[in-house]
Amino acid sequence: MNHLGFKIGKMKIGSFDFTCCEGCQLQLANKESTLPDFLGLLDIRNFREISSERHDDYDIALVEGSITRSDEIERLKAIRAQASVLVAFGSCACFGGVNSLKNRIPAEEIIKGVYGDKAIETMPSTKISDIVAVDFMIPGCPVSKDEVERVVIGIVTRSLDNLPKYPVCVDCKQRLNTCLFDLGEVCLGPITKAGCDAVCPSGRTACLGCRGPADDINFPSFLQVIKEKGLSQDELREKLTFYNGFTDYLNHES
Amino acid sequence: MIYKVISKTEFRKFIDAIVKHNNAYGPRKVDTGSGGKPIYQFRPVKSADEIDFDYSVTYSSAKHFFLPFRDELSRFNFNDGNWEQEVRYEAPPTILIGLRPCDISAINMLDEVMLHGSYPSPYYLARRKNTFIIGMDHLPLPDCFCKSMNRHTVNHGFNLFCSDIGDKYYLSINSSKAFTFLKEFMIEEPSYEDNCLLIERRKTIKQSFETNIEVTGLPVFLDIEFDSPIWQKWGDKCLNCGSCAMVCPTCYCYSVEERFDVDLKGSSRQNHLYSCNLVDFAQVSGGHNFRPRNGDRLKYRYYHHYRGFAANDNQQICVGCNRCGRACLADINPKDVINDLRLERESCMICVSPSPDRT
Repeated sequence: MNHLGFKIGKMKIGSFDFTCCEGCQLQLANKESTLPDFLGLLDIRNFREISSERHDDYDIALVEGSITRSDEIERLKAIRAQASVLVAFGSCACFGGVNSLKNRIPAEEIIKGVYGDKAIETMPSTKISDIVAVDFMIPGCPVSKDEVERVVIGIVTRSLDNLPKYPVCVDCKQRLNTCLFDLGEVCLGPITKAGCDAVCPSGRTACLGCRGPADDINFPSFLQVIKEKGLSQDELREKLTFYNGFTDYLNHES
Repeated sequence: MIYKVISKTEFRKFIDAIVKHNNAYGPRKVDTGSGGKPIYQFRPVKSADEIDFDYSVTYSSAKHFFLPFRDELSRFNFNDGNWEQEVRYEAPPTILIGLRPCDISAINMLDEVMLHGSYPSPYYLARRKNTFIIGMDHLPLPDCFCKSMNRHTVNHGFNLFCSDIGDKYYLSINSSKAFTFLKEFMIEEPSYEDNCLLIERRKTIKQSFETNIEVTGLPVFLDIEFDSPIWQKWGDKCLNCGSCAMVCPTCYCYSVEERFDVDLKGSSRQNHLYSCNLVDFAQVSGGHNFRPRNGDRLKYRYYHHYRGFAANDNQQICVGCNRCGRACLADINPKDVINDLRLERESCMICVSPSPDRT
């Protein structure tokens, strides 16, 4: 391909899933209007949801899911060794995701509850950057296909742009939504990274922070807002821990 | 300006007629807040019945009708290593109903910025020229401070302005287009009594303000207070969420983004309304951020509104609608910030040692 005088090649890509619902990978096959053009940018070497062909000569690895088993660690390390760019794809890979809810409960209890007496190996859910170096994160539950397109185009045209640094409130106000705080709800929009076009608050559902914290958030002030408005601390905690994206802030909470 | 009066029933007929086949927006109740207060926004309307004529204030301003939150500036089409640029300034005819004097004043200020500077914006001009504005007065809310900014009345920048004088609206007709439309309806010359009612209405509005901010000499004050600890105090509260700038009727700062089409055969250059409170507003290529601290970003927002414009253009760009104050979850609002600054200075005057003797 020739793009503005630059020769550009297709991205040799592999897409891999660990502990997850594979919903983020499914997003890659979504948005039919641009799907043929999107696939035209990619040379898919390994992606079980799209092709049965498996090759190990990919340059870019999209990794979905969190890590909950020792064999996943080995597989992830092998992918890291092959890929020149490794992308944490979706909230599970980026933060541990909704799977991390199990970390609150003792392992034996969980195994018994889900598998009965069957012996199962499971560890606390961790984000992939705890195991290998991550070059880029595309958070979201699921990821936004628009954003994935922009990132892929950015890599292909060597003009990689950053994800928004500001919080969801910007997008939400631009959609003229009623602020959920005005309706007495706890919403994580003021501290969560934008880029989702405020899809949840636009559907009158509070933001649960699936995209993780925006850059340089004012967490103490946010806690103060919840307190002064007399909103439920339990609800706040529930939301902050839902996708495991705010652990750094919660651990430093005084 | 031509002055007429119209009965409220006839006025609704007039509105019905002009909104029916046009791209029209008016205040509509969109929600009831947890405190029981109605929440209004400018929303599309197709009949007078859909409009809440007796609304208080819209949550967001009418700015985005002139400066869309995201706007395509141009499209590029690539072929054979070459490219073509395509620019469109078209704006569909639009009617805005129910704007408050502060809202119209805000648009007049945007005119100064967008049309009367060195580089007039054709995008803005197209929208401004093709928008028909019907203003309406209202009794101020407890936190409105437009009177302090001298924006509680407006005498230009609209096509038609309606003052509520009971059973009738007192109309200030400011364009031939508005007059031509209205001629088809039953409008009358204002009677002596109508004139009295108008004066009475204006007086009531003027006397109903509960929030006042002392803004005389504020630009100088701000100069002196550049290093005041007040900025950090309020900055520590600021969530950097940009909500204030999004709902503000005069904040116009933006960023420009280029977006490729997925087939790489074209791209779109877009501007995106931004806020100086956002963390990377002053971040430049290479990563350096000139304003990494909340307090500094908040300070510069206040400087832009109350100092920069006053110094350069002899007017402050804030119209006193307090939309920023209402939208701010951390309860940061111009009244408290400015009063805090003044208080700081006044208490400081009391505690410092007396002026040195002349001897």
